[in-house]
Amino acid sequence: MLKLPVYLDNNATTPMDPRVLEAMLPYFTEHFGNAASRNHPFGWEAEEAVDYAREQVAKLVGADAKEIIFTSGATEGDNLGIKGVYEMYATKGNHIITCTTEHKAVLDTCKHIEKTGGEVTYLQVQPDGLIDLKELEAAIKPTTILIAIMYANNEIGVVQPVKEISAIARKHGVLFFTDATQAVGKIPVDVQKDGIDIMAFTGHKMYGPKGVGAIYVRRKNPRVKVTAQMDGGGHERGMRSGTLNVPGIVGFGKACEICRLDMEKDTAHIKVLRDKLENSLLQIEESYLNGNKEHRLPHVSNISFKYVEGEGLLMGFNKNIALSSGSACTSASLEPSYVLKALGLGDDLAHSSLRFGLSRFTTEEQIDYTIEQITNTVNKLREMSPLWEMFKEGIDINTIEWAHH
Amino acid sequence: MINRIYLDNAATTSLDPEVLNEMMPYLTTYFGNPSSIYSYGRETRLAIENARKTVAKLLNAHPAEIFFTSGGTESSNTAITAAVRDLGCKHIISSKIEHHATLHTVEYLSKQGEALLSYVNLLPNGQIDMAHLEQLLAGSTEKCLVTLMHANNEIGNMLDIHAVGNLCKKYDAVFHSDTVQTVGHFPFDLRNTPVHFITGAGHKFHGPKGVGILYINEQIKIKPFINGGSQERNMRAGTENLYGIIGFAKALELATQHYESDSNYIGDLKFYMKEQLEKNIPGVTFNGDVLGKSLYAVLSASFPMTDKSEMLLFNLDINNICASGGSACTSGADIGSHVIHAIYGNTNTVTVRFSFSKHNTKAEIDTVIEKLKSIV
Repeated sequence: MLKLPVYLDNNATTPMDPRVLEAMLPYFTEHFGNAASRNHPFGWEAEEAVDYAREQVAKLVGADAKEIIFTSGATEGDNLGIKGVYEMYATKGNHIITCTTEHKAVLDTCKHIEKTGGEVTYLQVQPDGLIDLKELEAAIKPTTILIAIMYANNEIGVVQPVKEISAIARKHGVLFFTDATQAVGKIPVDVQKDGIDIMAFTGHKMYGPKGVGAIYVRRKNPRVKVTAQMDGGGHERGMRSGTLNVPGIVGFGKACEICRLDMEKDTAHIKVLRDKLENSLLQIEESYLNGNKEHRLPHVSNISFKYVEGEGLLMGFNKNIALSSGSACTSASLEPSYVLKALGLGDDLAHSSLRFGLSRFTTEEQIDYTIEQITNTVNKLREMSPLWEMFKEGIDINTIEWAHH
Repeated sequence: MINRIYLDNAATTSLDPEVLNEMMPYLTTYFGNPSSIYSYGRETRLAIENARKTVAKLLNAHPAEIFFTSGGTESSNTAITAAVRDLGCKHIISSKIEHHATLHTVEYLSKQGEALLSYVNLLPNGQIDMAHLEQLLAGSTEKCLVTLMHANNEIGNMLDIHAVGNLCKKYDAVFHSDTVQTVGHFPFDLRNTPVHFITGAGHKFHGPKGVGILYINEQIKIKPFINGGSQERNMRAGTENLYGIIGFAKALELATQHYESDSNYIGDLKFYMKEQLEKNIPGVTFNGDVLGKSLYAVLSASFPMTDKSEMLLFNLDINNICASGGSACTSGADIGSHVIHAIYGNTNTVTVRFSFSKHNTKAEIDTVIEKLKSIV
């Protein structure tokens, strides 16, 4: 029997893998030591567990364990990465380049930096969600210290040309930061091959626990430094103070290991289901895929259904399918997605979009159910829609002059 | 497993199995992102708001004054930085025996030229010289931030939070108190306490690591320290550490419920240990205001420096006794305790911090004393 509700919002958060929880449990009650306690075995056990997890995390992204700094999550990592570079390299310049479809954690941090005297260029994206590399290069000035472009977008799943971006950054002696929250654990991310200098990511988007994440900070070619944003006991090589969340870190490490070992298998499974879902839904008349189809995460699909009222769309099946129209961090607001608007979508299409995020636990039965439910809902809503009726009668809505009220 | 005696509860405590039980559903079934609007998200949002209400009630604060963070260090950094950058405090008054989360933050702000920094004098027992504090406040031409910890993590000295708060009120200063050692160990009544910011960390009172609180008095408005999503009413961005928050509230609930019996029991252990040390170890002394205003869970003892005592902590460990020289956050560095140094200068002694929990027993202390007799 199909258990409801079906969860298809794995870009917001993932359920924890039972193997991860199993790894964490001993560190709650039994090995509960403070990893900074150097005088007794409770501390050593905790420290050993943290070191092991650091290796697991590093291995997933091709980093050295010394380059991994644990944080409370990706938002803190984005803040630390960007503000940390801004402060550390203040003598070199104050200009940062990012793009309009970044996660709020990056955009709000950049806005904060602007208020403190920094300069930020927000690159527009192309209709497929990818940035224009020529525009990126043209935006670089002598004062540019950082390019902050996300690895993969959280709403539409498009994967930016990270290697090309890093090559441009290198060429101009600018550091490259990437928010890889959605990509790490889902597709191969390799800080060496990708040329990444600083990278933020988190546990709860890859079947690990909430409240724990990491930032990668390159130590060689070039050696990168970030100014700590939290001062204190000097944990994490002085870059991030605070008692380490040992069980969380252990879980995060395990989640990384599982993702590394199972990535191929998981991706094969997920991609088939995602493609089935996507192809079926795109069969619906006047439905459109958002974002570049090719350069995209294998578990994400974002589709707009024209002539359907967005709120009605979600309400039609929200009790049975957990889905969102965009980022969870902004889902409480009724504003249309700024990511979709950046692709050039009008309010109507941006409002009537759905973001699907599959996981390793998604089943074919769930996908079949979802296809059926969404198709029915879209059809039902259109039956009631005067706009749909007009469209079917061949009236071009854009030519109608609306009475103001 | 070998029977270890854990006397380092000021560094961290074991998670209470009852707290873990409460957390388990949020590690498995209820995993939704609390910002999501469907059922998975609504049920976890509700759980977080209930946890906030619980915490607020236990501290006698308003739920809108409680913000969840990643721990005590983040909370103190947030409060101190906001006082300087958002509340216009251009003069920080602190003490040299604060936790490094405070000290390094105020040092950084002063080095950056964002605020002046003064240290209040300490009395011979390590307590704050209140007359000097008033002098500093009265003499300041700038708005002040006073940041003084409620209970010292190394020697247990407790601050008269009301007296300091009232002084701050008199001079229109902002008052932050690092209460990481007392939240969960002391009955707070924040509605009737003149303080603007206090901080707490779950793992100090049998709750989970990676979660803490910042109390911000409702009269105060600050800007977020971590930018991003609209979590914590736009005050602290980042997907919430859901199970951690649930665990924090449960741990505080249990701690408050059993405060009277636990504090009496633990206080007895501390004084029993002090008595036994005095009786059995010649030359032992105690640091801080041990017979006065002192936290019942912390006992800092100094042993005369000899060839044997130099290796004291190492030898305690060999005998399966877990204690520390001072704060865990700096216990790796062999530079000695900044707290002991600030109060006593260079002493020719070896300092050991014993910190107790409800799980310790007098029998354990007897064992420790026996071992110490042979070690020292």
